[in-house]
Amino acid sequence: MTSLPTHTQRKLGLVFDLDTCVGCHACVVSCKGWNTENYGAPLSDQDPYGAEPSGTFLNRVHSYEVQPTDGAAQLVHFPKSCLHCDNAPCVTVCPTGASYKRQEDGIVLVNEDACIGCGLCAWACPYGAREMDMAAKVMKKCTLCVDRIYNENLPEVDRVPACVRTCPSNARHFGDLADPGSAVSQLVAARGGMDLMPEQGTAPVNKYLPPRIKDRLDGADQIDILAPFLAPVTDQPKGFLGWLDKALEKL
Amino acid sequence: MHPAPSIIAFTTLSGLGFGLFFWLGIGMPGSTGMVAFVFFAIAYALAGGGLIASAFHLGHPERGLLAFTQWRSSWLSREAVLAVATLAVMGLYAIGRIFLGTAWVPLGWLGAALAQGTVLATAMIYAQMKTVPRWRSPLTPALFLSLSLGGGALLAGQVTWALILLALAGAVQLAWWWQGDRAFAASGTTMASATGLGAAGQIRAFEPPHTGPNYLLREMVHVIGRKHARKLRIMAFGLGYVLPVVLLLIPFSHVMGALAVISHVAGILAARWLFFAEAEHVVGLYYGKR
Repeated sequence: MTSLPTHTQRKLGLVFDLDTCVGCHACVVSCKGWNTENYGAPLSDQDPYGAEPSGTFLNRVHSYEVQPTDGAAQLVHFPKSCLHCDNAPCVTVCPTGASYKRQEDGIVLVNEDACIGCGLCAWACPYGAREMDMAAKVMKKCTLCVDRIYNENLPEVDRVPACVRTCPSNARHFGDLADPGSAVSQLVAARGGMDLMPEQGTAPVNKYLPPRIKDRLDGADQIDILAPFLAPVTDQPKGFLGWLDKALEKL
Repeated sequence: MHPAPSIIAFTTLSGLGFGLFFWLGIGMPGSTGMVAFVFFAIAYALAGGGLIASAFHLGHPERGLLAFTQWRSSWLSREAVLAVATLAVMGLYAIGRIFLGTAWVPLGWLGAALAQGTVLATAMIYAQMKTVPRWRSPLTPALFLSLSLGGGALLAGQVTWALILLALAGAVQLAWWWQGDRAFAASGTTMASATGLGAAGQIRAFEPPHTGPNYLLREMVHVIGRKHARKLRIMAFGLGYVLPVVLLLIPFSHVMGALAVISHVAGILAARWLFFAEAEHVVGLYYGKR
C-alpha cells in the first residue's frame, strides 16, 4: 500500500497565483474550519488562549520580501499546503501503510486508524505539508477536501476545496492537472507555473504562478514622448534654496 | 532536527546491542553456560531496551504491529522486521550456547547477518532523507555499521577487533562531519528553489504563517545548542573513540574494559545528539531558518 502508484488517472491539485494572493489567511481559517469538523480527527490547538498558542494547520500562508537588483522591494504572500506529489516521499517511508496516494485522482491521504504517529512522513516531506496533531497523535495533512469535491449533498459550486471556495482574491484554483485542456493546466501554461524545490525530485502536482513585477517607483520603464522637450534647463536651485546652496558652498 | 532523547537512546543502545549480537553470532567469544548467559543478557538488554525506548516516541504504540507490514517500501518497517527476526534467531542460538553447550553455527551466522541488517535499516531511515542533506550520504550507513561492529567488539571483549574497528569508525565519523558540513550547500536547495522566487530578486522571510511556534518548527528546525557543536564534537570524539582506544592499548583488565565501554557510550550519545541537533531540514528555508 505504501508503494506509489505508477500512474494516476487524474492529478487533482491546486494552482496558486502569487500575483493575486493578498495574504488575508481566509483560506487558512476556512481550511481549519472545514477539516476540524469533517474527515478524520479534529485539528487541535494547544494553549489557544494562553501565552504560547500552537495548533495543527493543513494550510499556512508565509510572506516573503523579494528585493530585485534594481527597483522596489516586493511583498509576496505564499500559501502552502500539501502538493500531492507524483513522487511523494512521505508515502514510501510509512511503515504501516497508513499513508497512500490514490490511483484514481492522485490525492495523498492518511488512514488515521493505521497511523502510529511515528512522524517519519513529516521528516520526508520537504514542504512541511504534514503536521502531527498533538491531541489525536496522528499525522494530519491536506486531503484536497476529498469530502467536499465528490460530495453530492453540496451544491455544485461548493464541490471544491474549502480554501479555493473561500479565497476572496481568486488566488487559488482547483482542477485536474493531468488534463492539458483543464482551466488549471491552461493557467499554468499561460503564466509559467512552477514547481517548488524541483531538485528534491518530488514532482509536485500543485503549481505556483510567479508574481508579476510591480511597484516601479522610479518609473524607469515608462516612455514619455515629451521628455526630450522638457529636459531641465538648469540644475541650479533658485530663490531661498539657491541662496542656501551658495551659502553652504562658501562655508 | 529535534534531538528526541528516546531516539538518541534507541539508536545508540540498540546499535551496541546488535553489534554484540553480531560477535556472539559468529562465535567471538564462543563462551557457553553462565558466561554466555551474561553476554546474551547484555545484548538483549541493549537491543530490546533500545526498541522499547523507540516505542515511547510513537503517538500510537498500540498499533505498532502494523509497522511490520510495509517492508517492501519502508526502511522503518524493514528495521522492525529485521530487529524482531534478530531477537528471535539469536534467542534460539542462545539456548544452544547457554543450556546445551553447543553452538549452532549456521543459526549464529544468520543472527549475526540479521543484526547488522537491522543496523543498516536504522541507518537507511536517515540516509534516505533527501530533506536532510547532512544525513543523505553513504557515509551514514558506514558510520552506523562501523560503530555497531566496533562497539560490539568492545562489549564482546574482542580487543584487537575493537581497536581496528573503533579507529575505523572514528575515521568515518570525521569524514561524516566533514561532508555533512558541506551537504546543505551542495544539495542545491535554497530559499530561491523553495519559493521559486529566485529569479525576481533576493528573498527574505518577511512574516511566518503564525505568530506562535508549530509542530514543524519544533520537530524540524532545532537550532538550540548548535553554538556548542564544536566543543561537543571534540568531547564526543575524545570519549567515543580516542579514550576507548587508549584504554584498550593499556594491558587488558576488566576495569579498563568497563571504563572503555562507559567512555564509548557517553561519547556516542553526545555524537548522536549532534547527529540530530546539527541536522538541518530543508523546510526551515520556508521560515528563513536553517
